[in-house]
Amino acid sequence: MTIMQSFSELMHQRQQRETVKRSRPVETETDVSKLEVSNLNFFYGEKQALFDVSMTVPERSVTAFIGPSGCGKSTFLRTLNRMNDIIEGTRLTGKVTLEGQDIYADDVDVVALRKRVGMVFQKSTPFPKSIFENVAYGPKIAGQRNQKELQGIVEQSLKRAALWEEVKDRMQDSALALSGGQQQRLCIARALATNPDVLLMDEPASALDPASTARIEDLIFELKQNYTIVIVTHNMQQAARISDWTAFFFQGYLIEKDRTQKLFTTPKKKQTEDYITGRFG
Amino acid sequence: MSVSGNLREPALAKRHRIGQLFEWLCCGSTWFGMVVLALLLLSIGWKAMAWPTPDADAVDRAAATKTDAKVAASLSPRPLSARFLTSYDSRIPQKAGIKAALWGSLWLLVFVAITTVPVGVGAAVYLEEYSNEGRWKRIIQVNLSNLAGVPSIVYGILGLTVFVRMFGLFGHDGKVLDLNLGFAMLSLPLPFERSVISGALTLSLLVLPTVIVSAQEALRAVPSSIRNASYALGATQWQTIRHQVLPAAMPGIMTGVILSLSRAMGETAPLIMIGALTYLAKCPGKIDGVAAVWEHPTRLLEAPFDVFTSLPIQIFNWVSRAQPEYDHLAAAGIMVLLVVLMVMNTAAILIRNRFQRRTQW
Ligand SMILES: Nc1ncnc2c1ncn2[C@@H]1O[C@H](COP(=O)(O)OP(=O)(O)OP(=O)(O)O)[C@@H](O)[C@H]1O
Ligand SMILES: [Mg+2]
Repeated sequence: MTIMQSFSELMHQRQQRETVKRSRPVETETDVSKLEVSNLNFFYGEKQALFDVSMTVPERSVTAFIGPSGCGKSTFLRTLNRMNDIIEGTRLTGKVTLEGQDIYADDVDVVALRKRVGMVFQKSTPFPKSIFENVAYGPKIAGQRNQKELQGIVEQSLKRAALWEEVKDRMQDSALALSGGQQQRLCIARALATNPDVLLMDEPASALDPASTARIEDLIFELKQNYTIVIVTHNMQQAARISDWTAFFFQGYLIEKDRTQKLFTTPKKKQTEDYITGRFG
Repeated sequence: MSVSGNLREPALAKRHRIGQLFEWLCCGSTWFGMVVLALLLLSIGWKAMAWPTPDADAVDRAAATKTDAKVAASLSPRPLSARFLTSYDSRIPQKAGIKAALWGSLWLLVFVAITTVPVGVGAAVYLEEYSNEGRWKRIIQVNLSNLAGVPSIVYGILGLTVFVRMFGLFGHDGKVLDLNLGFAMLSLPLPFERSVISGALTLSLLVLPTVIVSAQEALRAVPSSIRNASYALGATQWQTIRHQVLPAAMPGIMTGVILSLSRAMGETAPLIMIGALTYLAKCPGKIDGVAAVWEHPTRLLEAPFDVFTSLPIQIFNWVSRAQPEYDHLAAAGIMVLLVVLMVMNTAAILIRNRFQRRTQW
C-alpha cells in the first residue's frame, strides 16, 4: 500500500467520523493565528535542543507534531506554556507570542499564562485525591470558593472530557482507582476546568488501548470547536486522523509544517517523506 | 560422566549447600539480636516485678526499726505498680515513684515537638523546593549530615552555654522579664536556667538534623509529575507545595518526626549536662493532672520555666544508688520508658501504613 493510498483511506475514515457528528462544521479553523513562534533556540545547559524554530498555530485547529524520538517535540511543546522554566539550567532565545503578546516578556506572569495554555502530559498524573478534587483543583487555586460553582465547573469539564457518565456516582472516590484511559480523560477534564484557550497534549494516548485512544481522538475533535489544540504524537495515523496541520521535527529542527493532507501526500522535503513512509525513525 | 542435559548434577548440590549455609547464617544473625533483646527484657521485667530478697543484714535492720502496720501498708509490694506511676521519688525505695519524671518527659516532648516540627519541616521545604542547586546547598547538606552524627553530650554543652547561661549576658543573677499577654502575666526568666525550656531547646537542636534530612527524603519521594501537573494548571509554587507536595510527603515527614521525638525522649547525657535535676519531688509548674490545670490555669505558663527531671535521668539516678532496691526501681523505670517509646514507634508505623495505602502512584 502506498503512502497515498493509506492516506486517502485515513481521510475517508475521518470523513466518516465527521458525517456521524453532522451537527458541527468540518472546518472550525479561522485565519487568526493563536500562537506565533519565531527564531526559537532552546538549550538544556550547553546542549541545544531546538534550532531556529518558527511557526504559527492557527486558532481553533489541531496541530500535530511528529518526528523521531528525541527530536525536541516535547521540548518545543513545553516552551509554549513555559513549563521548561521549571527545569534548572535551561535557556531560550527567540520569541513566542500568544495573541500578539510576548509570553517571555519580563512582566508576564507564568501562572496567568499557564491558566490560558493548559497542558496534558503523556503519562496521566492524577493527584492522589478524589475525582472531584482533581478537577476542582485548578478553579480552586484560582480563587473559586463557591461550592455550587465548583460543582458546575467539575460536571461540565467531565462531560466535555466524555468521562461524566462513568464517574458521576463516585466523585469522592480516589482518582487513582480509575483505569488508565479514564485517568487520562480525567487529566484532560482537569485541564479544561481552568478554561484555557490553548490545550497542549504530549502523547495523550500513547499508553492507552485502541478503544480509549479512539475516545480521546473523538474528544479532540469535539474540543477543536472551542480550543486551539497542539498535540505531540508518535502515531502518524493518529496525526492524519485528527490534525489539520502537521509539523515534522528532526534533530531539533522544524523541517516542514503544512496542512496535514499536503504533508502526508506531497511532502516538500526528502526527510519528511522518508519519515512518513517509514524509511527511518 | 554426566551427559549434557542430565538433570542430576552433583556439582550443583554443592552450590545448593553453600546457599543453604548462607541462609542459616543470616537467620542466625537475625535471631542473635532477638535473643539478646528477649533476655534483656526478661531480666528487667523480672526485676521490675519483685523487690530483691532481703539479706540477713536488712532483715535485722527492719526488725530493729520495727515498722508498724500502717507504714508497711504504704509500701509498694512490687517496684512496678500503679503507685509507682503516681508518686514522687523518695529516700525510701518502696515509696519511690516516677511521677515527676513522667511529667517532665511529657513537657519535654511537647516543647521539642513544637519547636522541631516547624523549623525542621520549614528547612527541609526550603532546601528541597526553593533553594537552587549550588555550592551553598551542598555545604549545608554536608553539615546537616555531620550534625546528625555529633555526640549528644556536645549538644548538652551547647545548650548549657546558649540556653541555660545565655553566654552570661544577663549578669550573675539574671533578669526576669514580665510580659503582659492580656489574659495573664508571663514571667520570662533570662537566662532560662535549668528549666524545661532549656532542656527542650537543647533536645530540639539535637534531633533537628535528623528531622530535616528525613523530611527532605520524604519531599524528594514525591514524584515530580505531581508538581508539574500542578504548575501546568496555573498553580503558584506556594500552592503546589501547600496542596500537593506537603500532603503527599506528610506520612514520611511524620514518621521521621515521631522517630526523632522518641530518640529525644531517651536522651540522658545532654540533659545531665544542662543540669536537669536528678532528685525532684514535684512536677514542672506543680501540674500533676487535669485538675491542677483546671484550678490554676496560669501554671501552664510557669511550667516551661520550672526545673524538671525526665525518665532516663530518673533511671540513671536510681542505677547509681547503692541499695539493691533502687536497682529494681530502675528496672521498673526502664519498663515505663520502653512502653512510652514503643507506643511512639507504633504510632509512626501506623501513620506510615495508613497513608501509604491512600497514596500510591
Ligand atoms: N530535562 C532535560 N535535560 C537535558 N536534556 C533534555 C531534557 N529533556 C530533554 N532533553 C534532551 O532534549 C532533546 C529533545 O528531547 P524531547 O523530550 O523534547 O524529545 P521528544 O521529541 O519529545 O522525544 P520523545 O518522542 O521520545 O518524547 C533530547 O536529546 C533529550 O535528550
Ligand atoms: Mg516527548
